[in-house]
Amino acid sequence: MPINYYILLSVALFSIGIVGVLTRRNAIIIFMCIEIMLNAVNLLLVAFSKMHHLRALVADRATTVGTDAQLFVFFIMVVAAAEVTVGLAIIVMLYRNIHSVDINFLNRLKH
Amino acid sequence: MSIIEILFWFLTALALFGALMVVFSKNPVHSVLWLISVFFSISGHYILMNAQFLAIVNMIVYAGAIMVLFLFVIMLMNMNTESEPQKSKWLRIAASLSGGSLMLVLVAALKDTNGKVTGVFKVEGNIGLIKNLGQVLFTDYVLPFEISSVLFLSAMVGAVLLGKKETNSIIS
Repeated sequence: MPINYYILLSVALFSIGIVGVLTRRNAIIIFMCIEIMLNAVNLLLVAFSKMHHLRALVADRATTVGTDAQLFVFFIMVVAAAEVTVGLAIIVMLYRNIHSVDINFLNRLKH
Repeated sequence: MSIIEILFWFLTALALFGALMVVFSKNPVHSVLWLISVFFSISGHYILMNAQFLAIVNMIVYAGAIMVLFLFVIMLMNMNTESEPQKSKWLRIAASLSGGSLMLVLVAALKDTNGKVTGVFKVEGNIGLIKNLGQVLFTDYVLPFEISSVLFLSAMVGAVLLGKKETNSIIS
């Protein structure tokens, strides 16, 4: 299966995430769309790692090329977990202050 | 069409459909449930690429922990009503058009990629197994690993600080 399919799948997932961020007004849904975008990038990184590894495997049977990309994905997941914790805490705090998660009410920085 | 290709297309269709349903479903709880299906299908893709450690981590961290957190916050806010605010029609059309044109540009730029170089589905190659990843993680990447623990500690402190009920609020 060629790498093109993975590229197209990741591009499609990323675009769906962007459309979600732009169309929805609920802050939590926007946050979930950001998670979709992160996962699209992770998927592409793993696919490229596998591709790179299979090409290096032809020359050398014991190669470990491509491990770095998978560890990058691991660290992206770590950072995403921390980000979700803080982001949801911020959303809960906003809900407590304005009793809504509608981002159209969150335009106080504009004025 | 081999079984692996069938699995690939099934997981791809599930991921795309789930992502669309996350964006377009009215009820936030349904969005969370569809997002869980997206994460599971992406884990399936990782398994197909023999990245088993990442598949398990994706299932535990994303589909397990993060989604439970989302669901918990949504239920805390009592947002399971269908009466949630929508953007105006023209704004939604403009947003869909801009997202679609981004996708068009990316596809047009990447469609001539040389697809012959890889067989992503070949099971050979064991870099995704936990033995190899753990060895590299605790030798070459031990400093980022330790720093990420500091990141988690600060995220925990920040979440507790933000979620705490304040007597004299800084915000308002």
